[in-house]
Amino acid sequence: MSMRLFRFKNHSVLPGFGLTLGITVLYLSLIVLIPLSALFLKTATTTWAQFWGTITDPRAVASYRLTFGTSLVGALVNAIFGFVVAWTLVRYRFPGRRILDAAVDLPFALPTAVSGIALTALYAKTGWIGRWFDLWGIQTAFSPLGVAIAQTFIGLPFVVRTLQPAIQDLDAGMEEAAATLGAGRFQTFSRVILPFLLPAMLTGASMAFARALGEYGSVVFISGNMPMRTEISSLLIVAKLEQFDYAGATAIAVVLLVASFALMLSINLVQWWFSNRLGREAA
Amino acid sequence: MSPADSMGRRDPVWLRALLIAVAVLFLGVFLFLPLLTVFLEAFRKGVSAYFASFNDPAARSAIVLTLVSAGIAVPCNLMFGLFASWAIAKFEFKGKSILITLIDLPFAVSPVISGLIYVLLFGMQGWFGPWLMAHHLQIIFAVPGIVLATVFVTFPFVARELIPLMQEQDTDEEQAAISLGASGFQTFWRVTLPNVKWALLYGVILCNARAMGEYGAVSVVSGHIRGKTNTMPLHVEILYNEYNFVAAFSVASLLALLALATLAAKALLERRLQAAPSAVGLGAEDQLA
Repeated sequence: MSMRLFRFKNHSVLPGFGLTLGITVLYLSLIVLIPLSALFLKTATTTWAQFWGTITDPRAVASYRLTFGTSLVGALVNAIFGFVVAWTLVRYRFPGRRILDAAVDLPFALPTAVSGIALTALYAKTGWIGRWFDLWGIQTAFSPLGVAIAQTFIGLPFVVRTLQPAIQDLDAGMEEAAATLGAGRFQTFSRVILPFLLPAMLTGASMAFARALGEYGSVVFISGNMPMRTEISSLLIVAKLEQFDYAGATAIAVVLLVASFALMLSINLVQWWFSNRLGREAA
Repeated sequence: MSPADSMGRRDPVWLRALLIAVAVLFLGVFLFLPLLTVFLEAFRKGVSAYFASFNDPAARSAIVLTLVSAGIAVPCNLMFGLFASWAIAKFEFKGKSILITLIDLPFAVSPVISGLIYVLLFGMQGWFGPWLMAHHLQIIFAVPGIVLATVFVTFPFVARELIPLMQEQDTDEEQAAISLGASGFQTFWRVTLPNVKWALLYGVILCNARAMGEYGAVSVVSGHIRGKTNTMPLHVEILYNEYNFVAAFSVASLLALLALATLAAKALLERRLQAAPSAVGLGAEDQLA
């Protein structure tokens, strides 16, 4: 990227533009851009056939299936329960609400290795929750279900934190009009409230999904890491690295990275589309 | 009566009770039980066993390494955040939105990949590997790699708190200071910094929590050499895999306390920042990793 891209539009009396922008671009390049491009340069050194062979290997495909599947389950569970949590926190006043509200960020704040071992202890056969599932013959830890539980944990704040401001912004007049016109609470909800909250819900769930795709720490302990069964893609990258198979690790990493970039892009597009549509309808 | 309580918006009592119960139960099972588990497992064999876990030299060196790497990564990204927000918020230039997007990039990269990219550059078979080896320098499986990976994953935290806030504040105060003869640095120190101090602190707290707790990226570059390249999260993993559960959860409990302190500080700061609405991009987008 040439420096010509960054040009003054108008002259400011404030000093330090060249210096601060220069340092910003330099630091960004050294820490982020150059290392990230190494990933794609490394891919370029392998042949297409090799690359394709690595990313379509049955073990790799099984890891995508597990990673995407459990991330999707986690995102859906969060879309539903995250909505209930966000609605409750915004609309109702009850003792302990503030603490619950602050606690929503726990999955962000708790180091992933800590949540990983805590979840495993809870859901193992002898754990507080795991033993109840075990009575029914359901294995939670060391199974795909365990992976989905960890993905749900890690994605929870995204849905709640995107929905909260949207619920706050709900137009009171709209709901009241619906009620005045004879709509029941359920009708008001499904016809008026839900459509309005859908973009935020979709955004939050996609962000939770994207986070879950790359999640490592909170999943590796509870998953059991059996190739073909409970091995997530991030772990497959680590496994290949440990065998010094840099090219193989890079190929899987490119798949994951492209998937999460594509997801981010579509989140932005969806938001742009919704805000455009809402803007037109308001006009 | 506040608008939220007007008849058309009020849910029936049974529905309120039901939804609150569902929310409390869900958060209880998914958030509070794991947190509680950490402390219960740590104290399972009593208080003395808990404290004995920290007598281990490997545990101590893990704590020191965690403090060192956060102690380098946080100030680096703090300085970067200040430079970047000054350039982006106080001046108009082409390519600004691209620059902002690029700053956020590390949040979209999964932790393992964040470590992998440095292995590709500095690992034994990496681009600079042979050169580093010839000069007896080691980055991967050594402390510099851990610091680099930590800097990468915490890169955007401070910048993304400061940029929107400083963009909202106009430059009138700074221009006045400059025209009254203040130097650029004086203007920054006396005018700009006091206006953004809470958002800055907020960013630093989040940055620090992630820096001390990062696991995936650090685990790829560390090599897990006990007493040398183990941070606290990595030490937790090793102890856990050795079935030394009390010690693993004891070290983990320190990290959990850090998380609780972070949440408390975050809640306090958000209340303070509410005086200036939208001063802080609350929550979710901040930590997309």
